Amino acid sequence: MSERAAILETVVAILREQCPEAGEIGPESDLVADLAIDSAAAMDLVMEVEDRYDLDIPLNELADLRTVGDLVELVARHLEGRQG
Amino acid sequence: MSDILAKYGPLAARRQALLGSGGRDPFQLRIDRLLSPTRALIDGRETILLGTNNYLGLTFDPEAIEAGREALARFGTGTTGSRIANGTYGLHRELEQAFARFLDRRDCIVFTTGYQANLGMIAGLAGPRDTILVDADSHASIYDGCRLSGARVIRFRHNDPEDLDRRLARLERPEDGAVLVVVEGLYSMLGDVAPLAELVEVKRRHGAFLLVDEAHSFGVYGAHGRGLAEHCGVEAEVDFVAGTFSKSLGAVGGFGASDHPHFGLLRYAARPYMFTASPSPATMASVLRILARIEAEPELRTRLWANAHRLHAGLRELGFSLGAEPSPVAAVVLADERQAVWAWNLLLEHGVYVNLALPPGTPGRRSLLRASVSAAHTPAEIDAALARFAEVARRLTAAT
Repeated sequence: MSERAAILETVVAILREQCPEAGEIGPESDLVADLAIDSAAAMDLVMEVEDRYDLDIPLNELADLRTVGDLVELVARHLEGRQG
Repeated sequence: MSDILAKYGPLAARRQALLGSGGRDPFQLRIDRLLSPTRALIDGRETILLGTNNYLGLTFDPEAIEAGREALARFGTGTTGSRIANGTYGLHRELEQAFARFLDRRDCIVFTTGYQANLGMIAGLAGPRDTILVDADSHASIYDGCRLSGARVIRFRHNDPEDLDRRLARLERPEDGAVLVVVEGLYSMLGDVAPLAELVEVKRRHGAFLLVDEAHSFGVYGAHGRGLAEHCGVEAEVDFVAGTFSKSLGAVGGFGASDHPHFGLLRYAARPYMFTASPSPATMASVLRILARIEAEPELRTRLWANAHRLHAGLRELGFSLGAEPSPVAAVVLADERQAVWAWNLLLEHGVYVNLALPPGTPGRRSLLRASVSAAHTPAEIDAALARFAEVARRLTAAT
């Protein structure tokens, strides 16, 4: 499994806990439109992800977060930065 | 081109749903007349005010009103200028010196509102090359100040020194710049307080600066009413303190204070201080008077806390779930938004005003009836309000 696929699996698992009634969740799922995640809930979601990966994602980087895939990309970038 | 307000479609739909469940817009309540710090006429009905943040009940202090009246006559209705132009009068400096003395700090800066005090303090202290660690449950003014600063902003779990410790440990690169930790004293939504002693120990170990917003705790905590840092005995470790005039001080405005030898430079760097009109002379004069009363009358806090315990115990006895241990804020946690709006309307119809607090502005997306007590409430007023809460509890039980 690629790193991004593994991150997606983790993010989807967290989302399943936060939105148990959500239907299919994939990279294209829109956080607001499909999962009803508003700005405050998005910050909480990111905090859960930060805990899983032991990293910090500054709030400054959340402005362009629209989809589950965007979040996966953000996490992957931070993990790569840490390794680099 | 699209309508510039079209993005608020979901907001409009939500507002409509709220109106549908109660008929009244909870966020556009009109108070027709104030009868005292604790009573008002709303919809022609005499109403007990149990959600005003008027913790010490000093808004009708006769000497403060007289001082304000006199300043109005002597200095006019407004300064028509910013602090760095024609907006600094002797009264502004006098109040800054009075605060510095009261807080036992080297210097104090007065801002036009409490919101601007947080904006000015945070954006004045931290810059684009710095990092801010902010408690997750912080007030909107703190988040907005963080954004205005241009600093890298990292959120840590609410009241969690271990999470702060972990995150500070990850910030050891030179490009992280200076690190500012921002917390509140008393959190206004749930009425819980920061574990300041533990937070101070963590920030000291990592060499970070600490700013505590005492907006809701000033005048409420500490032997002298200086706030939660005084109560916890850690004032020397709190590098910067911010606060507001619009709670215990019964006016509008805010302050920032510090012992840092260069703190005064914020007067040349903090945009929310520099590019706004200074507070009105009448406000300065009334706050000076109220500050003197807080200093001279610790019994105000004794009354406030007696009322806080009375309300908290009464609500618990009625079976309500509350947000925190007793404090001047008692947050009743309800099942959902619909139930909270219903209960808020019922209380208002029975002559009790509390704040309605709904997600996303609430911790953990809870729907709250937020009550706050004042030193000016009589025990009979607290009991009368509890009797109305009992009616809410009775109907909730009947409905389940």
